[in-house]
Amino acid sequence: MSNEGVIYRISGPVVTATGMSAAMYDVVRVGHEGLMGEVIELHGEKAVIQVYEDTSGIRPGEPVLNTEETLSVSLGPGLLTQIYDGIQRPLPTLEKEMGVFITRGVDADAFDLEKIWTFEPQVAVGDEVVGGQVIGHVQETDTIIHKIMVPPTVSGTVKSIESGDFNVTQTVCVLEDGTEMQMMQKWPVRTPRPFQQKYAPDTPLVTGMRILDFLFPLAKGGAAGIPGPFGSGKTVTQQSLAKYSDAQLVVYIGCGERGNEMTEVLDEFPHLIDPNTGKPLMERTVMIANTSNMPVAAREASVYTGITIAEYFRDMGYDVALMADSTSRWAEAMREISSRLEEMPGEEGYPAYLSSRIAEFYERAGRVETLNGDDGSVTVIGAVSPPGGDISEPVSQGTLRIVKVFWGLDAGLARQRHFPAINWLNSYSLYPQSLDQWFRDNIAQDFPEIRTQISGLLQIESELQEIVQLVGSDALPVDQQLTLEVARMIREFFLQQNGFHDVDAYCDIHLQYHMAKAILSFQDAAKSAMADGALLNDVVNVPARSDLMRGRFEKGYIDRIDSMVKKMNDEIADAVESN
Amino acid sequence: MTGKEYRTITDVKGPLVFLNKTEPVAFGEIVTLRLANGDIKNGQVLDTSDDLVIVQVFEGTAKINRETGVTFMGDVFKLPVSTDLVGRILDGAGRPRDGGPEIVADEKADIIGAAINPYSRQSPNDFIQTGVSAIDLCTSLVRGQKLPIFSASGLPHNDIALQIARQAKLKDSDEEFIVVFCAMGITAEEYNFFRSDLERTGALENAVLFVNLADDPAVERIITPRLALTAAEYLAFEKDYHVLVIYTDMTNYCDALRQIGAAREEVPGRRGYPGYMYTDLAMLYERAGIVKGKKGSITQFPILTMPGDDITHPIPDLSGYITEGQIVISRELHQQGIYPPINVLPSLSRLMGSCIGEKTTREDHKSVSDQMYAAYAQGRELRGLVAIVGEDALNERDKQLLDFSGVFEDKFLRQTRDEDRSIEETLDLCWTLMSSIDTKYLVRLDQKWIEKYHPDNRE
Repeated sequence: MSNEGVIYRISGPVVTATGMSAAMYDVVRVGHEGLMGEVIELHGEKAVIQVYEDTSGIRPGEPVLNTEETLSVSLGPGLLTQIYDGIQRPLPTLEKEMGVFITRGVDADAFDLEKIWTFEPQVAVGDEVVGGQVIGHVQETDTIIHKIMVPPTVSGTVKSIESGDFNVTQTVCVLEDGTEMQMMQKWPVRTPRPFQQKYAPDTPLVTGMRILDFLFPLAKGGAAGIPGPFGSGKTVTQQSLAKYSDAQLVVYIGCGERGNEMTEVLDEFPHLIDPNTGKPLMERTVMIANTSNMPVAAREASVYTGITIAEYFRDMGYDVALMADSTSRWAEAMREISSRLEEMPGEEGYPAYLSSRIAEFYERAGRVETLNGDDGSVTVIGAVSPPGGDISEPVSQGTLRIVKVFWGLDAGLARQRHFPAINWLNSYSLYPQSLDQWFRDNIAQDFPEIRTQISGLLQIESELQEIVQLVGSDALPVDQQLTLEVARMIREFFLQQNGFHDVDAYCDIHLQYHMAKAILSFQDAAKSAMADGALLNDVVNVPARSDLMRGRFEKGYIDRIDSMVKKMNDEIADAVESN
Repeated sequence: MTGKEYRTITDVKGPLVFLNKTEPVAFGEIVTLRLANGDIKNGQVLDTSDDLVIVQVFEGTAKINRETGVTFMGDVFKLPVSTDLVGRILDGAGRPRDGGPEIVADEKADIIGAAINPYSRQSPNDFIQTGVSAIDLCTSLVRGQKLPIFSASGLPHNDIALQIARQAKLKDSDEEFIVVFCAMGITAEEYNFFRSDLERTGALENAVLFVNLADDPAVERIITPRLALTAAEYLAFEKDYHVLVIYTDMTNYCDALRQIGAAREEVPGRRGYPGYMYTDLAMLYERAGIVKGKKGSITQFPILTMPGDDITHPIPDLSGYITEGQIVISRELHQQGIYPPINVLPSLSRLMGSCIGEKTTREDHKSVSDQMYAAYAQGRELRGLVAIVGEDALNERDKQLLDFSGVFEDKFLRQTRDEDRSIEETLDLCWTLMSSIDTKYLVRLDQKWIEKYHPDNRE
C-alpha cells in the first residue's frame, strides 16, 4: 500500500480513509485542501483520522496523504513570546494568512525560520556529546538564555562546531558519523521527553498569593488542580499564577475557553513586568490559545503541545510552570471524539481511558535530573470546570487522584466577593512536609508552626460559626468572640487578596510571614488586655488596627509593618487603662 | 448547481433520513427533498460515506417515504446577506416571513461561521448604559460582550430584554444598535409581544428578526441562531454597525440539539444532552466580540429559562462557562412585585472591570458597586438570622444592614419599564440610599469618595 488513500467517510471532525498504509498517530493531510489530521484508530484497511480543522464541504473520494510522521512540535529559539493555536500554528501568522477569522488549510511555521540568532558554542571539536547535552546557546530574550541541546536520541563525537549568526535551520554542529544538528529540533507531542531521574520536590513555587503560598503551597515540579464552578475565579487565579509565580518560564494553555479572555491575556501580558526579574512577562511566556469554538481535535492536542514545550525548557535546566485552563474542555474534546468513534463510553459518556490520560498528563510534571545532569522542573496547574460545581464528576475525580495540591474554588465565597475564592476548609496540599525545611531555612524557623496556628484558628472559626448561626454571636463567651474577630482578620486581611490591585496583587513571601505574625500578635495582645479588664469592643476597634490592615495596599508595607503592629499593641494595652 | 435526484432512502428515523448509492456528498452539504405531492423540504448532511449518507431534515420528516426524491445542492448552508436585511422579518430557515421580497444578496455567507482568531480580537471596553440600575451598577454591560439572562418560566425576562434593547446606548452618544432578534421555539404570543414592542418604539426599522415559533419544526432551530449570527457578523464586520443580538429561548435550542442526538443514537451526556453541547453552544456564543480593524461589534443577549429554576442544569451551567457573566432573574423578587427582579448576588459581568471608572462611567463606580453589593449581601444573610433569633437580637450595625436590604430592593432595584436612569443618576441614588448606614460601617468605600459624594458632605 502507498501513503496515499482516499476518504471513505466524514462525520464531523472524524474522517475515515481507505487504501492507505498508516500507523497509529501518523499525521495525515486530508482532502484537496490538505487539512491536518492524525490517525487515531485502525480497522483493517481503514484508518480513522481526527482532523484539526473544520471538515464541512469535504467529500468521500478526496485524497488523503500520510506524512508518516507523528504529531510533533518544533523546538528552538523563537518559541518565547509566541502565541499558538492547539497545533502550534502562530496566531499572528494565521491572521496574516487568513484575516481575522480562522478558516482552514493554512500551514504555518511555528516560528520565524529565517530569523538570525547569535549562536555561542559550548563544546569543541573532538568532544563526546550525548543526548540532551548543551552544545551552545542563544540569548533569546533579555531574561532567557536558550540552550541548544543535542536531540535526546543522538550522541557522538563533534566533528565541527560553528559560532556566530545562523538561522534555526542552518547546521551548527556536525558529528563524526555525519549527523548534522540545527538549532531547531522536533519532538512528538504524545511522548514525554526523556530525563535521567525524578527528584522529590523540595522548593516551593512562590506565587505571591497568600492563601496559596502560606496555607497550601505547591512545590516546583508538583501538580495542582483548581476545580471550581463558573464565576468562582479559576481563570483569574490561573492568570495571577502566570503573572507572579517565580517560575523562570511559563507556558499558558487556554484550552477551550473564552475568546475575549484570551484577548485580555494577550493584551495585558506584554505590558506586565515580572516582579522577579523586572522584565516584561511576555519574555518568559509561551501561550497556546485554542478557544472553545476552534476545532475540537486541536483542543485535544493543545495540552500535549504545551507540555512538550514546557519539558523542552525543563531540559535546559529551567523551572517551568504550565497552566492549563481548562482541563475539563480537554476531557470534553476527548469525549466528543470518542463518541464519534462510537467507543463504549465510561462514566458520563467520557471514554474509559479518561482517567489514565489525565494521569499520564499530570505525570509529565516533575522535578528532574535532565539528561545533561542539570536540575529542571515542570509544575502543572490544571483548572477543572466541573458541571454545576459538583466535583464528584469524572474529570475532577480523575484529577484529584493524581495531583497533590487541591485548591478548591467556592461559588459561595465568590458571591461574598471573597477573592481568591479558595475554600480554606476543603483545600489541601500534601507538600508542606517536603517544603517545611525550605521555609525554615529561607523565611523563618517557626514558619510551619505559624501556619498551623493560622489554619487551626480558621478551623475553630468554622465550628463556632455553626453555633453563631443558631444563637447569634453575642451569646458566645468573650474569648470565643475574640477568636471570631481574629479569624475574621485572617480572612479579610490575609486570605483576601485583590488580584487587580497594583500593590496587593503580589505579596512577598517574607511579608506573608510578617502579616500572619501580626494577626497572632493581635490575638495575644487582645487576650492579655482583656484578661486585665479591657472590653472586646475597645480592643477590636483601636485605630491602629485598621491602619495596619489597610497598610497592605501601600508600597513599602514590609518596612512599616513591625512598627504598625507595635503601635496597635500599645493602643490595645491603653484600652485597659481607659476602661 | 442542481444535481441528480436520488430515490435511495433506506431508513427514516425522527428528523433523520438515511440513504445510499449516492454520488460523493460533502459533509454539511445542503439537501432538498421532494415529496410525492410536490412539497419541498430542506436538510443538511450530518454524516457521509461511500455507503451511507445521513441527512437531517429541518422541517420534520412527515410524509417522507422511500419514493421521496433527494437532491444534493453541491454547497453548504449559506445565507444571502445584504443591508436589505435590516427591517425584515424572516423565518427560522431564512425565508421572508413578512410577505416582502426575497433578500437580494450582496454575497452569500456560510452560516457555520469561522472562529475569530483570538489574536485578532480587540478587548471590549466601551460601557453600554442600559438605563437599568441593577445592570449598570453591578453587572455593567460592555460592547462586544455576551451576557445571558438566566431566567425561568413565568418571569419577565422578555420585558427586561426589550427594555435593554430600547435603552442601550453608549454613554454620551446617540449611536444606536441594530437589533438582531432570534426566536427559537417561543410562542406566537411571546413573538407578537416582541414584535409589537419593536414596532411601537420604531425599533423594527433597525432590526432583523429570525423567527422560529413553537409550532415550527424543532430541527430548524438548530440553524436559526446561526442565520441570525451570520447576519449579525455581516452587519457588524462588513457594514460597521453595532449589533445587539437577542436570542430566546436557548433552552428550546438545546432541546432540539438533544432531539437530534437521540435520533442518531449518540451516547448522551448529562440529562440526555449531547456531550458536544459545550462546543456547540460555544460556536454560537463566541461569535460575539470586536475585531481589530473593524468598526462594528456584536453584543449578545441570550435568554434561557432554567428548567426548575436550577442554575446547575446543563443548559445554564454550560452557558455560564462560556459567556462573560450572567444576569439572574429571581422568582422571589418577582413575587414581591419588584421589577426588574434581578438578583445581583449570583449575577456577574466578567468584563465589568475594563469598562467602568473615571474615564468611562464615574470614578466612584467600582467602590460604590462593591459597597452596595456587600451591604445587600450581608443584609440578605441577616434575614435568615432574624427569622430565628428575632430582630431585637441584632446589634446596631446589623439592624442598619437589614433595613438597607429592603431599601435596596425597593428603591434601587425597582424601576418602571420605561425608566431610563443614567449611570450618574444610578450612582447618586446609591449614595442617597447608603447614607442610611452609618459611615463607619461602609468599609468598602474609599474615604476620598465619601468626602466627595456622601450626601452629608454635599450641599
